[in-house]
Amino acid sequence: MSDTTLDGPVLAADGTPLKRSLARALRRQKLRALMLIAPLLIFILVTFIMPVADMLFRSVENGIVEDTLPRTVVALADWDADSGELPSEAVFAAMAADLKDAAEAKTHTKVGSRLNYENPGISSLFRKTGRRAKKFDIEADGPWKEQLIDINDGWGEREVWRTIQTYSPTYTAGYYLNAVDMQVGTDGAEMRPEDERIYMLLLKRTLWMSLLITFSCILLGYPVAWILANLPMRQANLLMILVLLPFWTSLLVRTSAWKILLQQQGVINDILVWIGLVADDNRLVMINNQFGTIVAMTHILLPFMILPMYSVMQTIPPSYLRAAKSLGATDWTAFWRVYFPQTVPGIGAGSILVFILAIGYYITPALVGGTTGTFISNRIAFHISTSLNWGLAAALGAILLAVVLALYWAYDKIVGIDNVKLG
Amino acid sequence: MKLTKTLLATTALAATSGAALADGHMANELTLVSWGGAYQASQVKAYVEPYLAMNPGVTVVWDESSAEATAKMRAMNEAGNVTWDLVDAVASDAMRMCDEGLIEELDHDADLAAAPDGTSASDDFGDLLVSDCFVPQIVYSTTFGYRTDMVGDTPPTSICAIFDLDAYPGKRSLQKRPIDNMEWALYCDGVAKDEIYDVLGTDEGVDRALAKLGTIKDQVVWWTAGAETPQLLADGEVVFGSTFNGRLFSAIAEQGQPIGMLWDMQSFDLDGWVLPAGLPEDRKARAMDFLKFATDTQRLADQAAYISYGPARASSAPLVGKHAELGIDMAPHMPTDPANSGNVHVYDYEWWADNRDDLDAKFQAWLAK
Repeated sequence: MSDTTLDGPVLAADGTPLKRSLARALRRQKLRALMLIAPLLIFILVTFIMPVADMLFRSVENGIVEDTLPRTVVALADWDADSGELPSEAVFAAMAADLKDAAEAKTHTKVGSRLNYENPGISSLFRKTGRRAKKFDIEADGPWKEQLIDINDGWGEREVWRTIQTYSPTYTAGYYLNAVDMQVGTDGAEMRPEDERIYMLLLKRTLWMSLLITFSCILLGYPVAWILANLPMRQANLLMILVLLPFWTSLLVRTSAWKILLQQQGVINDILVWIGLVADDNRLVMINNQFGTIVAMTHILLPFMILPMYSVMQTIPPSYLRAAKSLGATDWTAFWRVYFPQTVPGIGAGSILVFILAIGYYITPALVGGTTGTFISNRIAFHISTSLNWGLAAALGAILLAVVLALYWAYDKIVGIDNVKLG
Repeated sequence: MKLTKTLLATTALAATSGAALADGHMANELTLVSWGGAYQASQVKAYVEPYLAMNPGVTVVWDESSAEATAKMRAMNEAGNVTWDLVDAVASDAMRMCDEGLIEELDHDADLAAAPDGTSASDDFGDLLVSDCFVPQIVYSTTFGYRTDMVGDTPPTSICAIFDLDAYPGKRSLQKRPIDNMEWALYCDGVAKDEIYDVLGTDEGVDRALAKLGTIKDQVVWWTAGAETPQLLADGEVVFGSTFNGRLFSAIAEQGQPIGMLWDMQSFDLDGWVLPAGLPEDRKARAMDFLKFATDTQRLADQAAYISYGPARASSAPLVGKHAELGIDMAPHMPTDPANSGNVHVYDYEWWADNRDDLDAKFQAWLAK
């Protein structure tokens, strides 16, 4: 954003000596301009860039194990998880001492929840042991191996210790592996079991459905934008209000309205049954599936497509079409060869808007998506607000962001981003 | 009038918060977090308005954020700026927040009022004190409602009717999460009630539960918001639907929908207050003062006049009366009523705290296929 406002084409050019000297002369002016936008820049940095960066950082950050169990992490480093034996007494003693400190600082359950994401059961292992740990006397009691296993036999499982060892480092790739349906296995990264793979499926589905929604928005929006751009001002304004009214209506209201229209006992099915197109006991299933999601989201995102197309079409002089026709072009040729190419920047701007909004949507898919219309954002929302697995949510978010940037780059290569206009 | 009010206020203050008054003043603003809707309204009527009448200088600010309480609490805690004083949360969320160190551990006997007959708070709440950080207010249940006009002459009496597509054809709505659904599936697949969690703890058990759910998968509408099932039932979209019992009560008693209650194997759950960790002394003192008042025997019984959720104290049950507006007896509509609780499913909080993330991944992968 900043480089278009600041530099414009000056720096985008290939940099001939003339331009370079010109740039030097303009530096003072640019500094002044920078001062002018500094408040906005700082605002965006503090309220947007930094929180996003902080959130993304959580996708690799894993300091909690090392911070809470410092002695155990050191003692456990030499243990060979594949040896078939439990860690030595020294490791158990280190764990007992760490647990005592952690229980006093009330952080033992935190690390338990963290490790529970990787190995179900560790949460209650830490919670239950922590209750007793405050009373540990590290010097006098022991040996700790028997003691801990006696408190909870979870300490006698090698998998628990393997999990602690695997997630000891300050940084982990575990969240990213999880986000692409993989896990840290005995010999490095491996695919998760078939019945736990979900994120790649959801990512593909999200991209595919967002594309479908974008295309249906183009198909439905193009004629509307054309009519808006070609009607006399007074009628165009009236129509424009019709386009904007749903835009101003609450998202939840519009989604719920689609439910009432599309459900099996809904308005559309009732009408179809009434005119005899559909049997009463065989009503169409149009909601809680992909179809319902695409219909509802197309409707919700349509204004984002119509508005940029409309403003681009408004700038196309009608005389071009007349000129084409007077030179002998048919209606179709005139449209396809003369008019349509000039509207591509509007389609591009609308498509980017709609597509990027669509892949981040989660309220509408949650309400009308059923099982086959769920998006990846629904899982991100789940991990942010319910499971509190923010590391995984951040990893999923980062992947989504990377995909959007890659598509943006591809769009720039194929169509050219200079070719996008909002009016 | 004014004098009585002041008198009442002073006696109440002296009675409920002698300790807090002794070592400092209490903040005059109290930010409560709840669910909105009918439930929050019942809290306002049962104990917030009476509390404000007793403490004229105090103002209450509501934040209807309980659905996102865990995430927001963590964000506020990390930012070091907790703006909430008392949060209404379901028990599983409370356990998670307690594990994360986001909320205070409480001494239930010292911090809460004893029952009128002198029973200590911890005995009065009994087993419902599932976490050291949690003060339960109500027992609610997730249970099924059915369309009385769509089940023929044989209204269902067993939960396994859900899985019986021959006798009860049509769609069913289930909550889009593994909790409860997996247990119900195993129960109807012939697993004894006290072995459900042992079976569910194995991979074969999970497959078995999903296979049972698979028999009705294409007839299920999965809901995420509690209001969906009553609407689906009212529109005749589904024959059966699970939801919170209070939602079904209002559809039946307040809106007169043709819906019947199927209490068999209802899943009890708890909702209550938690206190954010690290509040300044004056705000904490106010929150504790309110907490003690709002969870005493009479106040919890009063709440049941506005919503059909069972009071969490044993001593409140005999005091449950009639609905404040409809005038109907509330006891038969309580999930805890003996007629309704003949066969209940007891939800294992600790088990789910351990296995929720793992089972959720499997459940969602199964759903998406």
